[in-house]
Amino acid sequence: MTVAASTPLALEVIGLRKSYGDVVAVNGLDLRVPAGQCFGLLGPNGAGKTTTIEICEGLNTPDSGTVRVLGRTWDEQPTALRAQLGIQLQETQLAEKLTVEETLQLFRSFYVHGRTIDDVIDLVQLGEKRKARVGGLSGGQKQRLALACALVGDPQLLFLDEPTTGLDPQSRRQLWTLVEGLKAEGRTILLTTHYMDEAERLCDNIAIVDHGQVIALGTPRQLIASLGAEHVIRLSTGHDGDESRAVRHPVALTELLALPDVRGGRETETGYELRVGAVQQALPPLLALAESRGVQWSELSTHSATLEDVFVSMTGRQLRDG
Amino acid sequence: MRVESLRQLTLARFREFTREPEAVFWTFVFPLLLAGGLAIAFRDKAPEQAIVATVSAPAGDGAAMFVGKALRAAAADSNAQLTVREIPADSIADVLRTGTAALVVVPQAGGGVEYRFDPARPESRAARRITDDLLQRARGRADPVPTRDATISERGSRYIDFFVPGLLAMNIMGSSIWSLAFAIVTQRNKKLLKRLAATPMSRLEYLLSFVLSRLLFLGLEIAVLLGFGVWVLDVPIRGSLALLVLVAFIGAAAFGAIGLLVSSRARTVEGVSGLTNFVMLPMWIFSGVFFSASNFPAALQPVVQALPLTALVNGLRAIMLQGSGLVGVLPQIGVLSVYLLVCLAVALRVFRWQ
Repeated sequence: MTVAASTPLALEVIGLRKSYGDVVAVNGLDLRVPAGQCFGLLGPNGAGKTTTIEICEGLNTPDSGTVRVLGRTWDEQPTALRAQLGIQLQETQLAEKLTVEETLQLFRSFYVHGRTIDDVIDLVQLGEKRKARVGGLSGGQKQRLALACALVGDPQLLFLDEPTTGLDPQSRRQLWTLVEGLKAEGRTILLTTHYMDEAERLCDNIAIVDHGQVIALGTPRQLIASLGAEHVIRLSTGHDGDESRAVRHPVALTELLALPDVRGGRETETGYELRVGAVQQALPPLLALAESRGVQWSELSTHSATLEDVFVSMTGRQLRDG
Repeated sequence: MRVESLRQLTLARFREFTREPEAVFWTFVFPLLLAGGLAIAFRDKAPEQAIVATVSAPAGDGAAMFVGKALRAAAADSNAQLTVREIPADSIADVLRTGTAALVVVPQAGGGVEYRFDPARPESRAARRITDDLLQRARGRADPVPTRDATISERGSRYIDFFVPGLLAMNIMGSSIWSLAFAIVTQRNKKLLKRLAATPMSRLEYLLSFVLSRLLFLGLEIAVLLGFGVWVLDVPIRGSLALLVLVAFIGAAAFGAIGLLVSSRARTVEGVSGLTNFVMLPMWIFSGVFFSASNFPAALQPVVQALPLTALVNGLRAIMLQGSGLVGVLPQIGVLSVYLLVCLAVALRVFRWQ
């Protein structure tokens, strides 16, 4: 992560810990979010993202550790601090009987300074639904309204907790465009997600979180480069867990890893996943080896390495596995 | 504290309620149905007639036959207080069990009479007295003391006059506690409370908006119930209407605060329902809505008098039936104000925002 030393921090978290009974949700987590950045907290469900973000929002208290939001802690004047934050929570259900306009009027009334209702309605493109009841909105429209509620106070720092979870692809892209607009206005955004493509597109910097700790930190490009591989080759024998191991994995992983240009890899449920420098160099020896063993690949695919691959190589798990 | 956000919060409450047609229907229609039903049950009418059953006397026993004759003659009288039914001897137990007659008169050989009845039933005791007097007089008993009846059915001393202020108070309690508990727990359940807690909204304002929105509806509730009481049931309002409304408002605010406290921790509607019933049930019984609270033993009176519903019922009754002024109902206003302030303060401290 490259941050000029002079850039002020919008959010600073040091040694954060939080347990619920025997379950450790956050286990010594550190974060430094420079002002004006879109910072992504990436990780599977249960990694501690929501607990972390709720502590930063002042909705939860840590067992230990320091949190400074816009240079202040939650012990000093929490109401003044809340006035500068825009917050979208996971799974808030706004009052169904109120209209879009009434809901925004209500939220606007909590802030001394802020944007006009017309302004935020235009921004989230809910003009046509202005007089519609919240209960009649689609999932994407509800999320946009939730974002509008976070924006009425004209916040410097926005917390968005899984803003696109459960949305269809079109609604997700619509929300991404909105977030990019907010970034362009110079606001700081802390975003949690378990969608890799979302983080790659929106975030300047990303912290990958697992088991309540940051396990990798950097720009999307840096994280992918840390794999030491540009591409990923997926091979499948077409046999799943019902077959014996020898049928699913007819070649030893070590043999595959010894092939030229293969930088790393692992066995998957139905075959292998290999990280390679260049597909055109790695593929011919791989196919030759398979042919000499009489192995038929039922599926072979390649793609450029993504954050998803970074996560898998670091944890051995898929992000969606939770 | 910002006036605008208090106004918006109250407005939101008001809109959410009025857009729930069922809630509106029950808030206004239920008390009317109850009052209407009671008006029918307690309408002015001739004094109740005792229903007396008698079995045929053994044939040929003239002295025993006299009982049936005397009862029939009494029932035929235009001022009769008795209705007489003849039943077969083997159905006495049935009649008493089902309560179709208050008293069964069984003539005995030689002119004696046996009364069978349940002394726990007031109408049975009355029927026994009336029947016995009739039979004794028919046999020639002379009453040495001359008596005369002067009956009263003065407006303001009927049961319905006693009941309407109680009904009004009970309705204020029920709608205040229920509507708040339901709305708050639903908001908590939907994580809306948590979202609101993340804004600079003042928490006192949020709680006050619920109490205020209750007061808005209260005006309508009082108008509907009192209007019905005054115009249809002819219940008097002897004191000042303004004072009546004031006490009702303080009562509603106090029960609103109790509603806040009841719903300050619960996470589910089911949970808060149990708690609400637990809080209200003792007051339905002890606060003198249906019968005077003075029926309870003296040892219980300090508790009974400290209940907020007792204070509201007594206050409303004093204004409506006795024409009490402000000074007369100050103790009740005091009790209700204490509940308002204490419950609001405690609710603010223990309220669970997520």
